[in-house]
Amino acid sequence: MKYEPVIGLEVHAQLTTDSKIFCGCSTRFAAEPNTQTCPVCAGMPGALPVMNKKALEYTIKTGLAMNCRISPFSRFARKNYFYPDLPKGYQISQYELPICIDGHIEIVVDEDVKRIGITRIHMEEDAGKNIHEGASGYSLVDLNRACVPLMEIVSEPDIRTPADAALYMKKLRTILRYLGVCDGNMEQGSLRCDANISIRPIGETAFGTRTELKNINSFRFVERAIDYEIARQTRVLEEGGHVVQETRLWDSAAGRTYSMRSKEEAHDYRYFPDPDLVPMVVDDAWVEEIRSSLVELPDVRRERFVNLYKLPEDDADMLTSDRMLADWFEDVVKAGAEPKAASNWVMGELMRLLNEENLSLEDCPLKPGQLAAMLKLMNDDVISGKIAKTVFEEMYRTGKSPDVIVKEKGLVQISDSSELEKIIKKLLDDSPKEVERYLAGETKLIGFFVGRVMKDTKGKANPKIVNDLLRKMLRSSF
Amino acid sequence: MKINKREIEHVAMLARLKLDDEELTQFTTQIGDILSYVEKLNELDTTKVEPTSHVFDLKNVFRNDVVGSSLSREKVLSNAPEGTGKYYKVPKIIEQ
Repeated sequence: MKYEPVIGLEVHAQLTTDSKIFCGCSTRFAAEPNTQTCPVCAGMPGALPVMNKKALEYTIKTGLAMNCRISPFSRFARKNYFYPDLPKGYQISQYELPICIDGHIEIVVDEDVKRIGITRIHMEEDAGKNIHEGASGYSLVDLNRACVPLMEIVSEPDIRTPADAALYMKKLRTILRYLGVCDGNMEQGSLRCDANISIRPIGETAFGTRTELKNINSFRFVERAIDYEIARQTRVLEEGGHVVQETRLWDSAAGRTYSMRSKEEAHDYRYFPDPDLVPMVVDDAWVEEIRSSLVELPDVRRERFVNLYKLPEDDADMLTSDRMLADWFEDVVKAGAEPKAASNWVMGELMRLLNEENLSLEDCPLKPGQLAAMLKLMNDDVISGKIAKTVFEEMYRTGKSPDVIVKEKGLVQISDSSELEKIIKKLLDDSPKEVERYLAGETKLIGFFVGRVMKDTKGKANPKIVNDLLRKMLRSSF
Repeated sequence: MKINKREIEHVAMLARLKLDDEELTQFTTQIGDILSYVEKLNELDTTKVEPTSHVFDLKNVFRNDVVGSSLSREKVLSNAPEGTGKYYKVPKIIEQ
């Protein structure tokens, strides 16, 4: 029997606020353990949590960017369970009245646009961190992360393939980074993903029994873990068994999922409204104020790049996948460069140099204006495309302007015909055999002559003029 | 009976309370009595009353996103039954 997977993702995104969601402790990553806690986030009796306004506004912003409705009335609930990283014995989360509901985002799969529903986005506090390594007989707990603000973005079960799940995840990350509400760093756990997966015979409309996969912390693992789980469930069904509803953990080292067999009874969180926090009432005026602060989102920007700059879809896709990259590109164009040429250099040489050193655009030593100035030199025939690569690298390494580099290194293109004629004349005199063969009809030898001229001029000769002169002079030596 | 022994056992387990047989019987009766007592509230017609979110008539109490001071590690760990000086120390958590 053929089966179809049904996948829904729950993504936890850490908000980029400076302070925690319910207290003033810092959210800085990798601080010394237990140095960023206070009575509120360490769960001391009598401490009173107070909501961080920015965390709420960031979540509303995210909801708007993902086409959600913003609940006019929303509140926090306690999710009760015991775990050592949860000092209060409950997590403050949202339950029946989340802040954002009923949205969607779009992913592009082989030029088809697929809409993935967003069931809800709610706010909650993170738990602390447990450390097991190196400790025998006990575990260690660091509460710095406790109470750090998270959004949980829950998708509808609209995803059908592991690849689409990864695309969805990437799109979420792109949008969150455009908004500046989450840094999207999966290695540091700023973006974490749980996947709900079930399979059903093709044509069946009811859902099969699902399992929940936890601990997926990279795009690659999203695909691999879901892939593995689909294969596992298929095998279970084909052997006549039943899929058990359970939580499974992805083990990236072993490349498999395994059951978190817990002796605890089925989840019984006994949610109830948190009496320490008062309800949040968000009126239209506030929503509109936040909406007006939205930046241009990746889908719209992509469209604009295609229409305004006449860029190919692939270029627009790649350039708008990151807000900073798109900004960088646009700055080059605004400084007067031709868009397609700018796109080629940004996606080609610039990316190559950054990747070589594992740098992000943030640390890029080159400024967009420098690239625009270099492209102008090419356009004005001051430098050839070949020399431009040298100039580009030099700009990147030294930060000097392209004009200075060209002058200092004597890289100005030789477009002076009389000078080039001299060089060509000498070349033709030195290569009687090649000239003869060319004249006998072996015209592809033109490449040989051009190559030699470029070599003799260290790449500085204007290739177009060289070509014209060569053809003319070869004909006349006939 | 408003609640049975098994339910009391279940909520005791969720609260990590260990009850002996005698306590179990005692709490089943007592909690049952409490439930019977508050059930009187069901006589009120609340069909036109919005569910209460909070006993105070307050909304939108926020703080600005400003980092304040945290407790010193020494101070915060002094409340822990056990610590290493850097971390809280807890019984081994077995994940699987």
